[in-house]
Amino acid sequence: MTITEKILAQHAGKNKVTPGDLITAKLDFVLANDITAPPAIAEFEKIGAKKVFDPARIALVPDHFTPNKDIKSAEQVKLMREFAAKYGIVNFFEIGKMGVEHALLPEQGLVVPGDCIIGADSHTCTYGGIGAFATGVGSTDMAAAMITGETWFKVPPSIKVVYHGKPGKWISGKDMILHLIGQIGVDGALYKSLEFCGEGIENLSIEGRLTMANMVIEAGSKNGIFVADKKTLDYYKARAKREPRVYTSDTGAEYERIIDIDTSALEPTVACPDLPSNTKPVSRLGEIKVDQVVLGSCTNGRIEDLRIAAAIIKNKQVSPDVRFIVIPATQQIYLQAMHEGLIETFIKAGAAVSTPTCGPCLGGHMGILAEGEVAVATTNRNFTGRMGHIKSQVYLASPAVAAATAVTGYISSPESLNGR
Amino acid sequence: MEKKITAKVWTFGDDINTDLIIPARYLNTFDPKELAKYCMVDADADFPQKVQPGDAIVAGKNFGCGSSREHAPIALKAAGISCVVAKSFARIFYRNAINIGLAIVECHEDIPVKDGEKIDIDFENGEITYSDRTFESTQFPEFMKELIQAGGLMPWIKARGLV
Repeated sequence: MTITEKILAQHAGKNKVTPGDLITAKLDFVLANDITAPPAIAEFEKIGAKKVFDPARIALVPDHFTPNKDIKSAEQVKLMREFAAKYGIVNFFEIGKMGVEHALLPEQGLVVPGDCIIGADSHTCTYGGIGAFATGVGSTDMAAAMITGETWFKVPPSIKVVYHGKPGKWISGKDMILHLIGQIGVDGALYKSLEFCGEGIENLSIEGRLTMANMVIEAGSKNGIFVADKKTLDYYKARAKREPRVYTSDTGAEYERIIDIDTSALEPTVACPDLPSNTKPVSRLGEIKVDQVVLGSCTNGRIEDLRIAAAIIKNKQVSPDVRFIVIPATQQIYLQAMHEGLIETFIKAGAAVSTPTCGPCLGGHMGILAEGEVAVATTNRNFTGRMGHIKSQVYLASPAVAAATAVTGYISSPESLNGR
Repeated sequence: MEKKITAKVWTFGDDINTDLIIPARYLNTFDPKELAKYCMVDADADFPQKVQPGDAIVAGKNFGCGSSREHAPIALKAAGISCVVAKSFARIFYRNAINIGLAIVECHEDIPVKDGEKIDIDFENGEITYSDRTFESTQFPEFMKELIQAGGLMPWIKARGLV
């Protein structure tokens, strides 16, 4: 069996599962945000539920439109807050303790390797980066899971992606996953599991793996999975709220397809509008002038991302034609970035630094684009109108490309800054 | 659910994502009537005015990709859409549609229908008819049929005594 199959079998109380099996799995953790929790709460109450399956295994994270952007958003968060208080849900994250959910929960050790997790947010798949089975669902599925502590799954077939060789200096998890999505398309792994391995993965940081797992949904995938190795367990030593369980794929595990990628040949890559699969190496883009650069989100708002960007922009200035918005993904990351002087570097360079929020990624607030404007973002989606006006455009890129672009005002590889 | 419907069609292409179905700027509420006002506006600005109760959507592959927002099928249903026919559905949208009771039909074939024309959808026999041609749709697995018959996921868990 694969890692995914083993986790699902264990949570379904079975010795073995095979792709296509319909199973009911016990859940270790369930989550929702300020957009998806309110409808889930309404469903929960409508059916007459009296309690949640386990108040410690549910997280309600107001992150999308917070700090509350308008009255309706404030009402939605109020509903969540009251629900959390009523049912004793301790993992409700008030504004001073919050973060973008998929950066926050691994950081807080609330989701651990070997877990089976669903969340009412499509990027719940992020936790595959630490060796958990995690997938996004809608509000009704989340409501049912809050009551029963379980959900149904069809066991997905797996695709193995082997990243051979080591990445070049500026190649991050973002470039690696964008390259794959470009190769297989936005439905290239529809209903399937993507399992990542190879030297390129072993060398990748936990942050890089979370970035990659975060974007498997952009290929339609049900989940992405990485083996929890020594790096993962070291990351969890001080933070795990529960005991991690490590699963590895058997040598005879079955894969529908194996994709081989030469990591050493990868170039800094961007996804051009309007699909994450519309990828190109930066070197082949031509001159693309940008109005805004966003560094942040559940994809790339972690401390490593801020360090990479700050190192590039240090002692340089943001182009006068560019608005550079930096959003640390959690309060802890924000504080760490402050200690390391990264925030000072960004502000001195002319960037705006915001409190954690999903904000601009989904065109919510804190950086909406006007008609005709172009942005480079370290986020995960560049659909039509995603960040604002339907005639605005988003290019998805790594933190390194984002920082270099903020300096030059044109989509740039960090290498092009040499000598500036 | 009705066994057979005749519906006027609105066509859309491949990879219609949930940001197009209901843009995030309208997600500060989950009131179906409010969401219906903005259904599909970023794909077709006039859609909320044009669509009439009972109309159907015929789309390409990977319909509903992107965000997990259940607001997307809710908006379509509240706008009066009786059924979405697509070559394939993104998995979260598929679950959400079943859970909230929006009829969806998967049909791998090209249905050459144009905006404003009519199709017949026979849910029981899994057939779509357009201009005397019949197209076969994918049958739901037994479990999904059970969920649909129960009226969605919440009534289903209640019937099983899980609430």
